[in-house]
Amino acid sequence: MGAGRLGAPMERHWGVAATSASSVREPAPGGPDGRRREPLRRRANSASAPAVGASASAEGVRRDRPGSYSGATSASRQRVESLRKKRPLFPWFGLDIGGTLVKLVYFEPKDITAEEEEEEVESLKSIRKYLTSNVAYGSTGIRDVHLELKDLTLCGRKGNLHFIRFPTHDMPAFIQMGRDKNFSSLHTVFCATGGGAYKFEQDFLTIGDLQLCKLDELDCLIKGILYIDSVGFNGRSQCYYFENPADSEKCQKLPFDLRNPYPLLLVNIGSGVSILAVYSKDNYKRVTGTSLGGGTFFGLCCLLTGCTTFEEALEMASRGDSTKVDKLVRDIYGGDYERFGLPGWAVASSFGNMMSKEKREAVSKEDLARATLITITNNIGSIARMCALNENINQVVFVGNFLRINTIAMRLLAYALDYWSKGQLKALFSEHEGYFGAVGALLELLKIP
Amino acid sequence: MAECGGSGSGSSGDSLDKSITLPPDEIFRNLENAKRFAIDIGGSLTKLAYYSTVQHKVARVRSFDHSDKFPFRPSPGKSTPASRLLVPPPRVSHLRRHQDSHGLQGRQKSSALLRVPRGCVSASSPPRGSAHTRVPHPHPQDTEQDHEPPYEISVQEEVTARLHFVKFENTYIEACLDFIKDHLVNTETKVIQATGGGAYKFKDLIEEKLQLKVDKEDVMTCLIKGCNFVLKNIPHEAFVYQKGSNPEFRFQTNHPSVFPYLLVSIGSGVSIVKVETEDRFEWIGGSSIGGGTFWGLGALLTKTKKFDELLHLASRGQHTNVDMLVQDIYGGAHQTLGLSGNLIASSFGKSATADTEFSKEDMAKSLLHMISNDIGQLACLYARLHCLDRVYFGGFFIRGHPVTMRTITYSINFFSKGEVQALFLRHEGYLGAIGAFLKGAEQDNPNQYSWEENYAGSSGLMSSSPELCPTQRPRSGTFDLLEMDRLERPLVNLPLLLDPSSYVPDTVDLTDDALARKYWLTCFEEALDGVVKRAVASQPGSVDAAERAEKFRQKYWNKLQTLRHQPFAYGTLTVRSLLDTREHCLNEFNFPDPYSKVKQKDNGVALKCFQRVIHSLDALGWEERQLALVKGLLAGNVFDWGAKAVSDVLESDPQFGFEEAKRKLQERPWLVDSYSKWLQRLKGPPHKCALIFADNSGVDVILGVFPFVRELLSRGTEVILACNSGPALNDVTYSESLIVAERIAAMDPVIRSALREGRLLLMQTGSSSPCLDLSRLDKGLAVLVRERGADLVVIEGMGRAVHTNYHAALRCESLKLAVIKNSWLAERLGGRLFSVIFKYEVPAE
Repeated sequence: MGAGRLGAPMERHWGVAATSASSVREPAPGGPDGRRREPLRRRANSASAPAVGASASAEGVRRDRPGSYSGATSASRQRVESLRKKRPLFPWFGLDIGGTLVKLVYFEPKDITAEEEEEEVESLKSIRKYLTSNVAYGSTGIRDVHLELKDLTLCGRKGNLHFIRFPTHDMPAFIQMGRDKNFSSLHTVFCATGGGAYKFEQDFLTIGDLQLCKLDELDCLIKGILYIDSVGFNGRSQCYYFENPADSEKCQKLPFDLRNPYPLLLVNIGSGVSILAVYSKDNYKRVTGTSLGGGTFFGLCCLLTGCTTFEEALEMASRGDSTKVDKLVRDIYGGDYERFGLPGWAVASSFGNMMSKEKREAVSKEDLARATLITITNNIGSIARMCALNENINQVVFVGNFLRINTIAMRLLAYALDYWSKGQLKALFSEHEGYFGAVGALLELLKIP
Repeated sequence: MAECGGSGSGSSGDSLDKSITLPPDEIFRNLENAKRFAIDIGGSLTKLAYYSTVQHKVARVRSFDHSDKFPFRPSPGKSTPASRLLVPPPRVSHLRRHQDSHGLQGRQKSSALLRVPRGCVSASSPPRGSAHTRVPHPHPQDTEQDHEPPYEISVQEEVTARLHFVKFENTYIEACLDFIKDHLVNTETKVIQATGGGAYKFKDLIEEKLQLKVDKEDVMTCLIKGCNFVLKNIPHEAFVYQKGSNPEFRFQTNHPSVFPYLLVSIGSGVSIVKVETEDRFEWIGGSSIGGGTFWGLGALLTKTKKFDELLHLASRGQHTNVDMLVQDIYGGAHQTLGLSGNLIASSFGKSATADTEFSKEDMAKSLLHMISNDIGQLACLYARLHCLDRVYFGGFFIRGHPVTMRTITYSINFFSKGEVQALFLRHEGYLGAIGAFLKGAEQDNPNQYSWEENYAGSSGLMSSSPELCPTQRPRSGTFDLLEMDRLERPLVNLPLLLDPSSYVPDTVDLTDDALARKYWLTCFEEALDGVVKRAVASQPGSVDAAERAEKFRQKYWNKLQTLRHQPFAYGTLTVRSLLDTREHCLNEFNFPDPYSKVKQKDNGVALKCFQRVIHSLDALGWEERQLALVKGLLAGNVFDWGAKAVSDVLESDPQFGFEEAKRKLQERPWLVDSYSKWLQRLKGPPHKCALIFADNSGVDVILGVFPFVRELLSRGTEVILACNSGPALNDVTYSESLIVAERIAAMDPVIRSALREGRLLLMQTGSSSPCLDLSRLDKGLAVLVRERGADLVVIEGMGRAVHTNYHAALRCESLKLAVIKNSWLAERLGGRLFSVIFKYEVPAE
């Protein structure tokens, strides 16, 4: 799961977003509120440094934090320089290091000429082979084969885009692997986003002799979404929605044409949640965020049920009954609360039944997992709906790895948004839900606008 | 979904404790006169409301001239529609409006006392039986009758209306119902209004025990009715809570318009309600993540069953061990990036990645943050959508818990960037019960009245909070009380206030100023012996006066001790609130007017000097006379039994006279001296109408105020003389002022004709306080002030012009004068004992 991004590191250097002026004394809520982007300034920046994918951001960082590049060699600068002129050397990676999961996208060129293959250094070849011939790496790395985008043309090269994820706590092993496989000899640039790009920057440098190009997480996210939607999903639609989400019989997943995406409310559910209002490709703001995200669901499930994986938690949830755990409106009022137009099935108090000892003893782990899922999902839906109302936006796209294999949550979001907005709001989803940041990072590497 | 939480929970257990013995002296008072009941049963606490009539002794004054009706007194008039309310029509204990007591013998006519004359005293409201126009002249200047009192004092019974609220744990409900049943003597009530999630659960028990039919009322409607009621009637009801700042509780002055506001009720779930008017409100949203989530999820995670214990765990925990913070994701870079590393990126995020055991405390804390932040965020989103900046929080999640008030406040500040204010209510726990009661009393239209918190009968904020006073939990401490007295007529703002929404009566906030607080609390402690002595002395015929006075001492002493440790217990602590609390406690033990005899004597002595003073004033030239009049006002003001320095002198030397007082006065220039400006003003055109707030009985009002009034009248200025409705210290009461005026009119043609022609009007303030709150004045007075176009306000005395209103900004000219009779205060103001304040202010154009 990608981290629910809280700040906007790059932007801070432009002095745009001093939002988290909260006291150090008291730990704080999930996320600072709306950062208004300054599109003009952003454009000006990228215009002044039109070359590298990460140009604007990297320049910004360098300008303000000279020390941070202290380890950079002149060779690395030359690499950056050379990238201005031609497309970057292989391998092409995009990395998104979140709070829980690392998302890696890898472009496998399929149009390698014999000549090229001959010139290809051994380490590059071995990386390609390793990544494309396996579907799992170590005990925790997984390639989402079903998401692979085939016959993609990127920077004039044809190839496949691979989607790989592994837990953030395995990051040291990943860096070690980079060292073992002698990545640094490839003179490649690692474009990385997410909080981990900062956290692990020094490790990349000292252990792997690799220099990270750190990128703004939200820029990458939006870039990634727009790009992936434009290329589709191997001929199918990338974006979809649910019809009759509450009805298991009639519920249908249908393609959605995101031809007119703006304005758009983008809800990225990783460990935490970030909510963005997007008005155009370059004009967006972070509206708010919440700390009640995927990490909360999984964390609470671990504590309540002893499960160890996200898949396990979801599997339990699919078998549970949350109404044993939650107190519903009908539990209190015997039916609908007509005074306020509240339906009897609505949850009045999440975990409300657990105030009673007898009921605590009567619930199963599956019930608890289900209730946790419902609680977190409903809450995200509720906050998203309020943001949509405040921003006057009625398309809401939910992304992030919390939604991976999580049909229960998606259908609930779809239903809740529709019900409470009386049909005004539409919940949309995207097939590559958690990988957009990494895709955005790759696009920055290739300076694809 | 607000209040419904926890019913049926295993929290404090539903087994009813029948063995408990209730302390009936303190709780369920006046039950034998209880008239109407309402009950609010929450998840763990029951709030019982009942309305009762309270019999009180009151001191009444009446002229010796039994045969004749005072001509300037308005006719008893029609009974106001008010007196039909909440049968039987009661009177208010602290508002002892003087009644026409001629011929009344104690209680049997008490209902007649309720027929309150409305409006002012003036010849323009002709007396009943218009034949009585002769000015009574019972005691012409007869120097022989030196010790003849000018009027009679009689002690009578009076019936007042009071609302009682008792809060106790559900465990006691059966014992309490039994107790009520045993003590309920003669109620005609057939119904009890019930609200709260537990109402249906205990329905049968209530109906069986009390033989009353349970009438279920909607939870949210009750809550909002109650909320409107306390916001309107209890000063300093709302406060902001800022942990660690000084003071932690910052009470809000009651805004004249409370609407619209957002009420976020955090019960087991969260309800967000927009309240637009008294009767119009809308449920605009809610959340299922509320108190029930904290409790239920907390119980699962920590195996701790009780809500309070969970909060206690949370207050000791470190959430950073459980939550994934920004710094956990960004590493050390958050610092150079200017991110606050302590921001929570993912609640419980760490419990997903580690196999470690987490402590109960840490998990509880993390849960508390998660829920508080979430509620705060939603509240801000709703507030923004509806353009509201005041959000009141209530529900059991909040109730008296500094821990949750702190996290909610933090969250609101964070998410709204300070644009939305999180407000809490002192009587939050009673809202449902108050609302249910009001619902039941709807046909009596209780909202037309003003009510007043009775400090003597109310426990105060967090009286039983284990977090604040863990040691101090006596058995009765589990019972929390609120009593409210009904005032006869509504209290309103003085129309001349420059900005009613920013008006703060009190000059020094003792919750804020620790040094001043310490001084005044000690001062009131030290004065207590004297007050007790005076109280006993005021009732020489009573057998139990000493015993009652001792009880008074105990009660007031305890209040002072409470306030030492919890200065926030009754709202902003001020000298006024200390004085008012003392008056309430005195009343509680039937010492309605300990100074009645002193005042009687002082008035008698002063009346005898009146003509002499007038003669010597009249002999002066115009300019000299103006200064002499002002000096007279000030000198008269030295006679104040409330100030310890003066009472010492007076007790030891009763001959201390007017002239002596004048000599005591500071020479000009005074400490605050705008006399020259005032004199200059007097050379200009006369004021249209002056509103004068009088202070003490005796020399002050008779030799100080009346000559001043007389001069104003002579200039062509109309005068409204406003005196307290009920007794406080030796302050002149409205009823005393009537007699005094009557006697002066007999001696002085200027006063006589002014009274008769309605150019001098005697009014009551609606207050029984030695201080003055210009935002709570009798409506009749306010109406008259507007009608007559008052353009000068004179406020006299330390209590009204220094402790309060020193900084009050008015829309017209004002004169605030006082002699500082307290050396500490004098020093604080940069002067000495008996320094003079003469503050003449003209509003900016």
